[in-house]
Amino acid sequence: MHKLSTSALSLSLAVGLATGTAMVNSEAKAAKGEWKPKKPIEFVIMAGKGGGADRLARFIQGIIEKNKMSPKPLIPINKGGGSGAEALQYLKSKAGDPHVILATLNSYYTTPLRQPKLGIDIGGYTPIARLAEDTFQLWVHVDTGIKTVKQYAAAVKKAGKKGWKMGGTGKGAEDSLVTAMLMKKIGAAVTYVPYKGGGKVAKELIGKHINSTVNNPAEQVGFWDAGKSRPIASFTPPGAMKGKWGTIPTFEELGYGKDMVYYMQRSIVAPGKIPDAAKDFYVNLFEKVYRSAEWQGYLGKKGLIPGWLTGDKLQDYFLAERAKHAKMLGK
Amino acid sequence: MEVLGLLSDGFLIAFEPLNLGLVIFGAAVGLFIGAMPGLGSVNGVAILLPMTFLVPPTSAVIFLGAIYYGAMYGGAISSIMLGIPGASTAVATTFDGRPMALKGEADKALVAAALASFVGGTISIILFTAFAPPLAEVALAFGPPEEFALMILAFATFVGLGGDDIPKTMFSIFIGLVLSAVGFDIVSGEPRLIFFDLTGFSHGINFLVLAIGIYGIGEMLWTVETSRGSVAMSSATVSVKRTMAALKELMGTWKTMLMGSFLGYFVGILPAAGATPGSLMAYGIAKTVAKDPETFGKGNINGVVAPEAANNAASTGSMLPMLTLGIPGSPTTAILLGGMVIWGLEPGPMLFVEHKEFVWGLIASLYAANLFALLINIAFIPAFIAVLRLPFTILAPIIFVLCVVGGYVPTLDMHDVWLMLIFGVVGYLMRKLDYPLAPAVLAIVLGPLAERSMRQSLIGSHGDMMTFFERPISGTIMVIAIILLVMPLIKVIRQRSKGETA
Repeated sequence: MHKLSTSALSLSLAVGLATGTAMVNSEAKAAKGEWKPKKPIEFVIMAGKGGGADRLARFIQGIIEKNKMSPKPLIPINKGGGSGAEALQYLKSKAGDPHVILATLNSYYTTPLRQPKLGIDIGGYTPIARLAEDTFQLWVHVDTGIKTVKQYAAAVKKAGKKGWKMGGTGKGAEDSLVTAMLMKKIGAAVTYVPYKGGGKVAKELIGKHINSTVNNPAEQVGFWDAGKSRPIASFTPPGAMKGKWGTIPTFEELGYGKDMVYYMQRSIVAPGKIPDAAKDFYVNLFEKVYRSAEWQGYLGKKGLIPGWLTGDKLQDYFLAERAKHAKMLGK
Repeated sequence: MEVLGLLSDGFLIAFEPLNLGLVIFGAAVGLFIGAMPGLGSVNGVAILLPMTFLVPPTSAVIFLGAIYYGAMYGGAISSIMLGIPGASTAVATTFDGRPMALKGEADKALVAAALASFVGGTISIILFTAFAPPLAEVALAFGPPEEFALMILAFATFVGLGGDDIPKTMFSIFIGLVLSAVGFDIVSGEPRLIFFDLTGFSHGINFLVLAIGIYGIGEMLWTVETSRGSVAMSSATVSVKRTMAALKELMGTWKTMLMGSFLGYFVGILPAAGATPGSLMAYGIAKTVAKDPETFGKGNINGVVAPEAANNAASTGSMLPMLTLGIPGSPTTAILLGGMVIWGLEPGPMLFVEHKEFVWGLIASLYAANLFALLINIAFIPAFIAVLRLPFTILAPIIFVLCVVGGYVPTLDMHDVWLMLIFGVVGYLMRKLDYPLAPAVLAIVLGPLAERSMRQSLIGSHGDMMTFFERPISGTIMVIAIILLVMPLIKVIRQRSKGETA
């Protein structure tokens, strides 16, 4: 027995020596960053099934699957409880696990800010890549006849807080922050009605159950094309949006100030303390996604702004956004 | 007729060899997925979505549509045979399907489920073909007050049932409502009823956990107690003669089938409702209008027919808001929607204009999927029946394992498995004390929908309750609901006054 194992050892040594150069090469490569997933990757989504964030995440999974970009598949898992608190807690518990990634939206900063009891510090996660920034516009039904922000402000003031309903996705959600910003600017007040997801909000506007919305382009584009809804103005800097989206005036162009800008980031992060090689794998993977024809086509069509960002710059961006949101939420 | 021309073009697409093959394959796969507890159409479509990149987009959607349909048929199978709802949409089918199987009428229940599914599916596709765009307008007319009125109507059908003990029914509904409130508040986002600070409660109580607990585990405990040493679980048989007799009896349920089909389709159209509430409401109404409501829950064939017709009709219905408005009517259509975006098909008002061949190809293939799902289902009935003849000592552990898997799969959280076992014991005890369990399941499904729509309505009206009565649609539904609620009371008073005069 002892003899056998010694001879086996010497044999492997001999083989090792013979293929020495090759071994060194591959080892060096591995050290440099040839990490590959060994099992399917959990792709956590911090929102429920069927919402905008979910659809986008499944679209990304589709791009990876269709173009065979990853040796192991991504398995989307929805953990939307408590505006994403469930997902963030899960990610925290997975520190050091390179087989979990998270698709984020702005609740990535707002949820920990609003619920400090959760004890979540997003500074501890590993930033991978920002794939785009989604934009917001102010929308009304075409039958209202409203075409400009001035007319809009007049109509809201005339109706009063009780008479004007603004649809949104919940207290503290992105659209509620934008609504608060807009109302402060035009000096009016509205009744904010929360719905489950931006798609439902868009439908309620078309059914005339609410008077106006702050929607992402993807949520309203179908109704806009069908001539049912109309964008009044865009919460973006001038010139940021292309194509037909560029024809919508921005609040800044209309003289409401440079601060009337708000974005929803669409990024990927991993748990804290994962190996650098694994991080590099994900950065490479999502760079391929970002450069794919499908992704670039989607951005243009759905009015998203391309915004590739990675590494420390992305972490700095996250922290700056967190500070900005802390101010907006009054924390 | 422009529609007929478009539809015949659609059939040409649906009957291309590749597409037809995918329809048959999809219906068979769906049947299996639906029959596995915990693996409903949502999971089936989500798992198989990436596979569909191998074929053109139209074929891919046809395949997924066939899976969706097959799963609706399949859900009934484990509901009837094992008492475990195979999918959330088949919960209502356990109410009477399981008692039928225990009476040795499993074959009749399976035939009834298959035929009702076929009728519900066919009627709904015809409605879809003829009235898709106008019905999209109906979906738009439904705001929060209308949704809330509909939910109250659903509760009313369950309370207003003759035969049951009304206080006990109310108790069961309230327990369900409390459980449905666990999780995060839907308006403020604050945590609510997180018992013992367990994080497992933060995602709420998945109603499949409750349903599998009560009907799977609870039922098993019940059978253990009642059957004791008996070897076979039920005297299930199947023969052509029996099937013919069953079909004959089914002819008598045509009213229930029609009611279930129309109701299911209509509820399916409304975004955020879907097939599960549709089937539960159909069951409630079937029981309310029946001449013999006391036999429901004890193996009445109408109790199988109504939910099965409704869930298939609703699955077609929920495709309508997805295709015309870009808003999914059910979780499964939400996944389908994600798929369509990847294939470059933009759901929404323009889809019917820009991608005619896709829309009509899909509609035509639904007709085909419906037919093949029926044929495959009927062909497999003898095999299912053979499973039922296994000794209980073999079947019970299998049911138990399926229950645990079914409770774990939707959230991948062991917390839910423990919870399910607790519900099983509680369900068994409630049954011993003669509490109806179906209302609790109804409440946990409809509770969140009712709460959300009520709070949205009241925020919009600044606390004025009249908002539910002032609007024509919600007002009408509310009045019907209230009549249903007081009906049993009137009955009692009438009987008493009759007794006095006699």
